[in-house]
Amino acid sequence: MQFGIFSVGDVTTDPTNGTTPSEHERIKAMVRIALKAEEVGLDVFATGEHHNPPFVPSSPTTMLGHIAAQTSKIVLSTSTTLITTNDPVKIAEDFAMLQHLADGRVDLMMGRGNTGPVYPWFGQDIRQGIPLAIENYHLLRRLWREDVVDWSGKFRTPLQGFTSTPRPLDDVPPFVWHGSIRSPEIAEQAAFYGDGFFANHIFWPKEHFQGLIRLYRERFEHYGHGTADQAIVGLGGQVFLRPRSQDAVREFRPYFDNAPVYGHGPSLEEFTEQTPLTVGSPQEVIDKTLTFREHFGDYQRQLFLVDHAGLPLKTVLEQLDLLGEHVIPVLRKELDALRPAHVPEAPTHASLKAARESELVTR
Amino acid sequence: MKLAVVTAGLSQPSSSRLLADRLAAASVSAGDTVEVVELRDIALDITKNLLTGFPSPALRTAISTVTGADALIAVTPVFTAGYSGLFKSFFDVLDADSLVGKPVLLGATGGTERHSLVLDYQLRPLFGYLRADPVATGVYAASSDWGSGEGALQRRISRAGAELASLVSGRSAAPAAPAFVPFDQLLASAGD
Repeated sequence: MQFGIFSVGDVTTDPTNGTTPSEHERIKAMVRIALKAEEVGLDVFATGEHHNPPFVPSSPTTMLGHIAAQTSKIVLSTSTTLITTNDPVKIAEDFAMLQHLADGRVDLMMGRGNTGPVYPWFGQDIRQGIPLAIENYHLLRRLWREDVVDWSGKFRTPLQGFTSTPRPLDDVPPFVWHGSIRSPEIAEQAAFYGDGFFANHIFWPKEHFQGLIRLYRERFEHYGHGTADQAIVGLGGQVFLRPRSQDAVREFRPYFDNAPVYGHGPSLEEFTEQTPLTVGSPQEVIDKTLTFREHFGDYQRQLFLVDHAGLPLKTVLEQLDLLGEHVIPVLRKELDALRPAHVPEAPTHASLKAARESELVTR
Repeated sequence: MKLAVVTAGLSQPSSSRLLADRLAAASVSAGDTVEVVELRDIALDITKNLLTGFPSPALRTAISTVTGADALIAVTPVFTAGYSGLFKSFFDVLDADSLVGKPVLLGATGGTERHSLVLDYQLRPLFGYLRADPVATGVYAASSDWGSGEGALQRRISRAGAELASLVSGRSAAPAAPAFVPFDQLLASAGD
């Protein structure tokens, strides 16, 4: 079981004191948070990709490469990489380069992006979101798996005799997750390739995602990648912890009430009841997170959102201390004990490399 | 028939609810069930859904009442020359195809009869977009209608209710007998 954090990279005014970090401060804070994640024993750090204010992470592989140089264990990932508006050729090259620099500690999550105006900035059209995700990803896979690619499609210029460089580390492409919050087409896509499916269910009730994950699991089995319960599922989560529950609620409430996504809407109490958000003690976070397995089955990756809505860096680092010391070790032990032996861990570079080598031997 | 009634009146009691209840009574027969959704009761939930993208349990119940019914009566007050914002917001949070083919009876209330075309210029296009199936007669009730006895308003309510009931049952509506004036009254007024 992998545990980690994912950052949206928003620059948001702290509602308790009116201060707003500069872009420089926010970018440096994201790096500090990633380093801290490794220090406290988390397995994954993922950054979003955005091309519009108030978000800073427009260039994920630059940031992840910088983090890779200062870490040694943590897996570097994205949440998400825009498969619609990025040229798949550039994704293939950027992430292969990152793989080499990070010695394989890299995977990535594909997403479409739901902000209409962003698409034309990159020569695309949001109405073609699904076809773009399908065509671009199919090309991306070939660029990582075939040394020389001839290709033509609907959305970019044809390729003739093209070799994406550098080649993936050890000829093992990075593992790919597909993130979706509402599109069955993306669950189907993930299932078809035997890739991971990540449901960022933090803003909506569980019922909505149970259907999507069930579809992914059933189609994963249909396409012969294993049984439905062996499919590779990742889930989001959103937490704010203090040793005492009432302190957590009191401190987080102004951030919740003014948060860009759900602020000025439901109360903190309603939202924690209806969504995965947990504001409370480490034990409450443990209890709530354990319900995810009951709702969605054994899963492989749990990412928490901890650094948004204007929370100060110091507070975020304290969150990571609490997670690393009091929450993750317990969850890891409990979930590992509950998981049947035939349900796999999330693929890593090492496991994919070993699988490839044994395949070459048997061939 | 399972009949759902949506009314967006805000006062308690509201003339929209009054009209909705009369429309429901004119539409049902023995064995039918009626469930009324007062949007006032879930007004905050509707706003929260607009902000978060998901319904609260109370709103989810209301939505399934409406989408699961065999027919719908929808009544809005006229505010500032149109249907109320609350009324529109409720239909905004429904899935766009959740009312496809649904028989609907449209109603509206207002302080003056000058707004009566709201039925045809606003409500009909809204339900046309949703590909629902509104019956031909919509009922608009102005303040003056409530004071005019059991006359024209009740005739429109009865006609609309019969149209909704027959649309749901698959029968064609029996043509209403033409309105008439009793002959003794005709004769009495003949010399005027």
